[in-house]
Amino acid sequence: MLADQDRIFTNLYGQHDWRLKGAQARGVWDNTKAMVTLGRDRVIDLVKASDLRGRGGAGFPTGLKWSFMPKESALPHYLVVNADESEPGTCKDRDILRFDPHRLLEGMLLAGFGMGAHTGYIYIRGEFYNEASNIEQAILEAREAGLLGEKSEATNGWNFDIHLHRGAGAYICGEETALLESLEGKKGQPRLKPPFPAGAGLYGCPTTVNNVETIAVVPEILRRGVEWWTGLGPERNRGTKLFCISGHVERPCNVEEEMGIPLRELLDKHAGGVRGGWDNLLAVIPGGSSVPCITQDVCNDINMDFDSLRAVKSGLGTAAVIVMDKSTDIIQAIGRLAHFYKHESCGQCTPCREGTGWMHRVLDRMAKGQADVEEIDMLLEVSYQIEGHTICALGDAAAWPVQGLIRNFRPVMEARLSGKKVDVAEAMAVAAE
Amino acid sequence: MPKAIVDGVEVEFEHGMSVLQVAELAGAEIPRFCYHDRLSVAGNCRMCLVEVEDQRGRAPKPAASCALPCSDGLMVHTRTDKVKKAREGVMEFLLLNHPLDCPICDQGGECDLQDQAQAFGRDGSRFAENKRAVEEKYMGPLIKTIMTRCIQCTRCVRFATEVAGTEDIGLLNRGEHAEISTIEQAVQSEMSGNLVDICPVGALTSKPYAFTARPWELRKTSSVDAMDAVGANIRIDARGRSVLRVLPRLHEDVNEEWLADKSRHAIDGLSRQRLDRPYVRENGKLRPASWDEAFKAVVDRFNATAADKIAAIAGDQCDAESMFALKTLMDAKGVKSMDCRQDGAALGEGGNRSGWLFNTTIAGLEEADVVVLVGSNPRWEAPLINARIRKRFLTGELQVFGVGAPHDLSYETTWVGAGPQTLHDILDGRTPAADALRTAKKPVIIVGQGAVAREDGAAVLNIAGQIAEKYNAIQDGFNGFNVLHTAAARVAGLDMGFLPGEGGKGMGEIIAGAQSGDIEMVYLLGADEFDTETLRNAFVVYQGHHGDAGASVADVILPGSAYTEKNGLFVNTEGRVQASRLATFAPGDAREDWTILRALSGALGKPLPFDDLGALRQAMVAAVPHMGGVDQIEAAEWALPGVAGDMQDAAFEPIINNYYMTCPISRTSKTMAECTEVYMAGSLDQAREAAE
Repeated sequence: MLADQDRIFTNLYGQHDWRLKGAQARGVWDNTKAMVTLGRDRVIDLVKASDLRGRGGAGFPTGLKWSFMPKESALPHYLVVNADESEPGTCKDRDILRFDPHRLLEGMLLAGFGMGAHTGYIYIRGEFYNEASNIEQAILEAREAGLLGEKSEATNGWNFDIHLHRGAGAYICGEETALLESLEGKKGQPRLKPPFPAGAGLYGCPTTVNNVETIAVVPEILRRGVEWWTGLGPERNRGTKLFCISGHVERPCNVEEEMGIPLRELLDKHAGGVRGGWDNLLAVIPGGSSVPCITQDVCNDINMDFDSLRAVKSGLGTAAVIVMDKSTDIIQAIGRLAHFYKHESCGQCTPCREGTGWMHRVLDRMAKGQADVEEIDMLLEVSYQIEGHTICALGDAAAWPVQGLIRNFRPVMEARLSGKKVDVAEAMAVAAE
Repeated sequence: MPKAIVDGVEVEFEHGMSVLQVAELAGAEIPRFCYHDRLSVAGNCRMCLVEVEDQRGRAPKPAASCALPCSDGLMVHTRTDKVKKAREGVMEFLLLNHPLDCPICDQGGECDLQDQAQAFGRDGSRFAENKRAVEEKYMGPLIKTIMTRCIQCTRCVRFATEVAGTEDIGLLNRGEHAEISTIEQAVQSEMSGNLVDICPVGALTSKPYAFTARPWELRKTSSVDAMDAVGANIRIDARGRSVLRVLPRLHEDVNEEWLADKSRHAIDGLSRQRLDRPYVRENGKLRPASWDEAFKAVVDRFNATAADKIAAIAGDQCDAESMFALKTLMDAKGVKSMDCRQDGAALGEGGNRSGWLFNTTIAGLEEADVVVLVGSNPRWEAPLINARIRKRFLTGELQVFGVGAPHDLSYETTWVGAGPQTLHDILDGRTPAADALRTAKKPVIIVGQGAVAREDGAAVLNIAGQIAEKYNAIQDGFNGFNVLHTAAARVAGLDMGFLPGEGGKGMGEIIAGAQSGDIEMVYLLGADEFDTETLRNAFVVYQGHHGDAGASVADVILPGSAYTEKNGLFVNTEGRVQASRLATFAPGDAREDWTILRALSGALGKPLPFDDLGALRQAMVAAVPHMGGVDQIEAAEWALPGVAGDMQDAAFEPIINNYYMTCPISRTSKTMAECTEVYMAGSLDQAREAAE
């Protein structure tokens, strides 16, 4: 279990003052100047050395991403923070935004410095009204305190300013290039890659898009040192992570924990355990709605980090742990997620536009038992026809939960569709062998 | 040059090409819907997926080849199982919500979706749910929509915003509910018919052509358009005796693959109000007559009239052969009063060909960095040339200035003045246009008919030429001085000298002479574009194809052929000689025009020295050598055109007030009447107000 002194987000629950004064009391904006004095390359090297991986879901190494930004360029560089947190089950950025906004702002300053950007944008989810309000106030405070803006003296003369942009509630605008389109005032549809944002992003200029949590942990990594950070978590999955535990647990919560913590320990220690006991566990979606679910036998001894979960054909994603006990109708649950992706598909490219609706409808029928057993294979094939064939990752995100369902719960589906009374537990056990 | 390997075939390519283009170079067939050579890349249909492999190995995901820049040494696989499966998958998705109404779809037989479903699709559908239905949209009188068939490739959106320059079409909503829409407004473009061509399915089809024919029933004839002076290359699709549709034909230097709406849709006028037999006026009324009677009436009058009291006027859509035949006949009879400039444009004087050609050429516009439009509205006078200017404008390397009546040209234009005085200012180095010209590398001056079809036209032409000289528009291998014609026949007429001979009368004098009695007989060869009532006192012979202005004052009518009904040469505004071909026969007793003149010459006792089209062309080429080079441009030697002189203060007037009605064919076209109602209501009111 993560020791208290190793926590970064010390106001995760909002019991302290989120404003500048309170934040400074918790160590935010402490000696920022020293970190800026390290120099651009050093900042990027340190982040690289820390093995920090992006907290938005894909887990791409952050330092590497920053290093893609051109060193010299006639065009302005931009840092864009993706605060369009819309992945079902995920609510970690929200608490950073409303309870610890200065941590994000300080991180943006450092990240912007590292990549040579003088301007940062925060693209915040439209529904986050109070969060946007807090961020806006935090920006004003920071400017007044000379931490941001042209007169920024606390930053060794590095001019950096931040603008807040509120989205309008589209899930797809959390995809980095769709976010950039939306930020430019266009319809939020993902762009083709290449060119990648580091080459031609916002307004055609070099841009890096990072998740809120990724940016917010950077100041602490630099302040406390890379060794401290790499001392936490397993190899290639270093540091601490915010977990959002929801669903059938006694006390759903957000909690900061060390990467690689066993799932069972996470649930038992922080969420009061699975409702009705561990044996009542049916499945867990470990990383937000878009990753495949894992069954109880996998949950028994899985560690919560990128590589471990990948090894069991799931993913850490945003670390939004959705717990489902045995009262869950898993087909209906995944069907509901399919509906979400159908609703949020931007409609630009064919497989996602047409395929998400198809999967949703088939699952809808399956949940009611109104489908043929053969359609399970068809559904799986449809999901593969979407996966990897789309412009952005929403197609993959829509396909994975369905694949997870079929991979893990085919006997349940077959039982429902064949109309026969089948002992699901027994069938599952047989399938497991 | 970089190299790539496509399905084991090594191919060299130019830097910047996409994988799709490189694969095509190598001969691999890549199916696609959203990708179009002349539009930006959307990459949304996902049909063109291929596997790529480089030193790091094969990419885990298939890549959209249209959007992936090809790199040196890349290996492309277009025939693997993975690619096949991906294509089948995309095809299946596309067909999920696409209605299977091919039997009643106008796109049937020439549908990309149909063809590619055949080639790359699965044999059946596994989709058991209900299909989506989408409400129809209104896109104007030319485009019929059946939006349920739409596959959201967004080609139409990109065509409208990029080529046509109008943001009327867009993709509304998201996901399954995404729809192409115009928000119930007609597409504000003279190029809207192209939307039908670029739509890969039957969502956008031609409204006037709806349910008319199947493509395999049509006889296809390659020809050229005569609705304006661009000489767009067209394909005429006909069945039996009627022309059912006109489609563009690829010509990179002229129309690329686009066609303007009038050229495409005025053809229903070809079957209305036609002159299908000779007429002779008796007791003030025209009565049907035989060819012999008609010829006798002409011959009697001709022989009874002195040559200096006879005049001939050639119209705007005449083929070069008929004009040449008429000119030869008139020369033989000693007639000197001839003109092919119905609008009285001060062009053609002194045989200085560079003074009436679009010397830069249409394709040459893509080098221009400054364009100055003088008394011209290219959007209506030559929509395809306007599209070229816009194409260049979109590169960001072109500035456009206008002198004349401001008009939305679909690109940013700085209007620096209204009339000849501004030309003085430009020549003297004033106005922003002069500033831009001074630093321009390839400046282009485009003089419209609105600037030269006026009393001081020769002086305007001259000063425009001076501007071209002063600002270095005349360079080695580049001539930035251009005259933009509106009449398909005009350049050929000027080239062959269908102009007043020595002591002969020009257009204005012929009209004045007809009113005063100095001209007693006028031969109109398809000439309808002037106030023919002024010829009431003269004996008028009208040879042409439509009962329009010319026929209404005629004493004898000799029925001829429209441009789709004869083999003839046209010279476009660039000076490019192009051949039109007979697609259907003229109705009734009507004949090809040169044969009428040949027969008439016999009746007049001066038989023309050619008995077939070949001999006529030989004679014409002997007289005008460059007429022999079909699809060639004989570049003109530069000389300062026009005549220096005083200019009036009056502003340049637009030469076209209604784009959709500029010739007998388009005036009788129902489709063009509808377009006029929809698109021109506002403009016509303005013109009327201005006239009052």
